[in-house]
Amino acid sequence: MNKAKYVKGDKIKISSLFPPGHVRTPFFIRGKNGIIDYFWGTYPNPEELAYGREGVPGHPLYKVKFKQFDLWENYEGSPQDSLSIDIYENWLEPIK
Amino acid sequence: MTVHNHIHPHQQDIEDTPFTEKMLLAQAVEELIIKKGLTSPEKLREQIEFLDSREPAIGARLVAQSWLDPVFKQELLDSVNQAAHKIGIDTGEVPIQAVENTDKIHNVIVCTLCSCYPRMLIGLPPDWYKSREYRSRTVREPREVLKEFGTRISDEIEICVHDSTADLRYIVLPLRPKGTRSWNIDRLAKLVTRDSMIGVSQASIQ
Amino acid sequence: MVKPRHHDMGGSKAGAIEIVEHNYEMWEKRVDAIIKALSSENPPLLSTDELRRGIEELGPGIYDDLNYYERWITSATNILLEKGCFTVKELGETMSVIQKRWLKNGRKLK
Repeated sequence: MNKAKYVKGDKIKISSLFPPGHVRTPFFIRGKNGIIDYFWGTYPNPEELAYGREGVPGHPLYKVKFKQFDLWENYEGSPQDSLSIDIYENWLEPIK
Repeated sequence: MTVHNHIHPHQQDIEDTPFTEKMLLAQAVEELIIKKGLTSPEKLREQIEFLDSREPAIGARLVAQSWLDPVFKQELLDSVNQAAHKIGIDTGEVPIQAVENTDKIHNVIVCTLCSCYPRMLIGLPPDWYKSREYRSRTVREPREVLKEFGTRISDEIEICVHDSTADLRYIVLPLRPKGTRSWNIDRLAKLVTRDSMIGVSQASIQ
Repeated sequence: MVKPRHHDMGGSKAGAIEIVEHNYEMWEKRVDAIIKALSSENPPLLSTDELRRGIEELGPGIYDDLNYYERWITSATNILLEKGCFTVKELGETMSVIQKRWLKNGRKLK
């Protein structure tokens, strides 16, 4: 079982990778900076399950929060507006 | 090869509506998986009955109870599945997370990748939730999307969009409307609409 | 320039939301039941992840031409065929028998 690398408050970047295949990390957050909000636990990897494999050992899963102004050019809304999304650890990179 | 003509699914072949190729395919797959012993008419019927039993009133009751009971509200926020189970509601195995609207934050849920939805609590999703337009725009311009539903959130309040990308489902706990202090759970539950538990509307007395 | 895959539509341009819904038709509920029943077997005969991946692989044209449950049954069929739960020929024959039966009962093909 993979030990979780991140804790609440950690600043992370979503990997800038663009493979075909089954990915549960939406395009619009790739390469963006966010912050770890919550650690959900370790779950089987959907990228493996999608191909009929077991997906174990699983990956830690996190709730990651982004500021909308960091995600979108010309975002129309409040500076506090946010987006929250559940991402597996293999798509996260640490940033200082 | 014989095809078993007398299967008794939940509803027999009594439909007389026009059929499409995909409807034909669905019927063929159903008959084949029963014939091969991969499932049974009983199991399929159970699934449909379970599906039919899920409706917004279930979620609404949980919300109303959370308005009346702060301890229950915290239990709900910790784990919807456990809190619901305690009062006899089966929410299945997929974890459901409640997100609470307050005077500082308004939550709205979407699944951009495929249309995941807290069906165990509020039933099947409306077409618009699964539409290209909702899935594309809600993450990008939530305030505009909410306006299309007649919902205006002031700029002082943070809007948080939850994109359910993993096997967690989300449900919004809407704000309790003002002027409901003496109301009982039944009356309160009626205010909690399905749309308010998705976050495109708010619960209101009107 | 990299583009998102067709199903990965968060943030893409789209028009006004048509705030409509329909009562689920019986065949749709039966597709749902098929999927749930097969996923609940021990071991599961297919998983939501496989189904999603199957839908993603349908490609842009088909993805938009099919409605929600049409996508799910198409994906489920492909996966069940891949796994050998039934053969292509069995599927074709079953579809043919059902079609004849339905037409005989007065149902029309759309």
